[in-house]
Amino acid sequence: MSKFRKKSNVKQDIPTSSMPDVVFMLLFFFMVTTQLRETSIDVMQRIPEASQLRKLQRKSLVTNLYIGEPKKTEQFGKEPKIQAGDVFIEPKDIILWVNREKDKLPENERDQLTVSLKVDNEAKRGIIADVETELRRANARKLLYTTLQTRDDKK
Amino acid sequence: MARSTPDIPNASMADIAFLLLTFFLVTTTIANDKGLQLQLPPPPEAQPPEDVKIQERNMFKIQVNSSDALLVEGEPMDDVSGLKEQIKKFVLNRGVDPASSDSPEKAIVSYKTDRGTSHKRFIEILDIIQGAYYDIYADQIGVSNAKFREIASDLTTDDNRRLYEKAREGIPMAISIAEPTKVGGN
Repeated sequence: MSKFRKKSNVKQDIPTSSMPDVVFMLLFFFMVTTQLRETSIDVMQRIPEASQLRKLQRKSLVTNLYIGEPKKTEQFGKEPKIQAGDVFIEPKDIILWVNREKDKLPENERDQLTVSLKVDNEAKRGIIADVETELRRANARKLLYTTLQTRDDKK
Repeated sequence: MARSTPDIPNASMADIAFLLLTFFLVTTTIANDKGLQLQLPPPPEAQPPEDVKIQERNMFKIQVNSSDALLVEGEPMDDVSGLKEQIKKFVLNRGVDPASSDSPEKAIVSYKTDRGTSHKRFIEILDIIQGAYYDIYADQIGVSNAKFREIASDLTTDDNRRLYEKAREGIPMAISIAEPTKVGGN
């Protein structure tokens, strides 16, 4: 009898004080790894600075095009290239690309697609103008030249 | 023997968690979605052949060549600091100066580059032109330039929409970005 009593006195709960730690650790693990899985940019991105920036309202309507000199110059040459998603594309492929991007949006919002051009400082106007012409043809006419805020902002 | 259960002190746990949270809040770079906004014209094919004559006085010509040199109204310009004021004066001339614009509605800022112009220079000048217009708009409704851009970025509320329309009334942002010339570059 006394033997049984003694056994029921033993504490049986698992210590839960460290559980939040574990949860936080998992949270941070996923935070970090999801960041790493974003598309890697294979072109130089020295973004120019400007002072008159405007913010985009809805991020879901924004799609990015990266333009600049390829990082692997020995493989892709030194001429600026256009990167959409994970691949390099030519200006003539832009209409197709825009239509694919539009398909991802709900039907009533397709005309509001905004193309964000992330262009390297040293890229020339020529290639950007070609992209703009194709975007006009593709009827994706909302454009944003991504820039950074000027540091010595006089405003 | 009364065996004491091992206990980890957990009073500081919340502190640590918050510290970590703050660390990530600060270090995470949120993708930059700010920049110079622009609306492109309709496709070149869709436009009817243009026969519209734009008077010389209503056009403010800015040109940049392939070596990033600037030409404003036919005059070379090295220092761009005065350009913003010049554009504002041109847009708001309202027929006073016979060599400048008739009215803000008719005023057009024509911006032409070369295929060899660098993007950095293009953005620098475009920033000045847009800045001039934003300054004008902000003045119309009596707010600061930064505040106006904030309003213009968020047109979801009626209040902002009303202010935005009031600011732009009679003064369209007419920036014409011409097809670049083919002197430099490919």
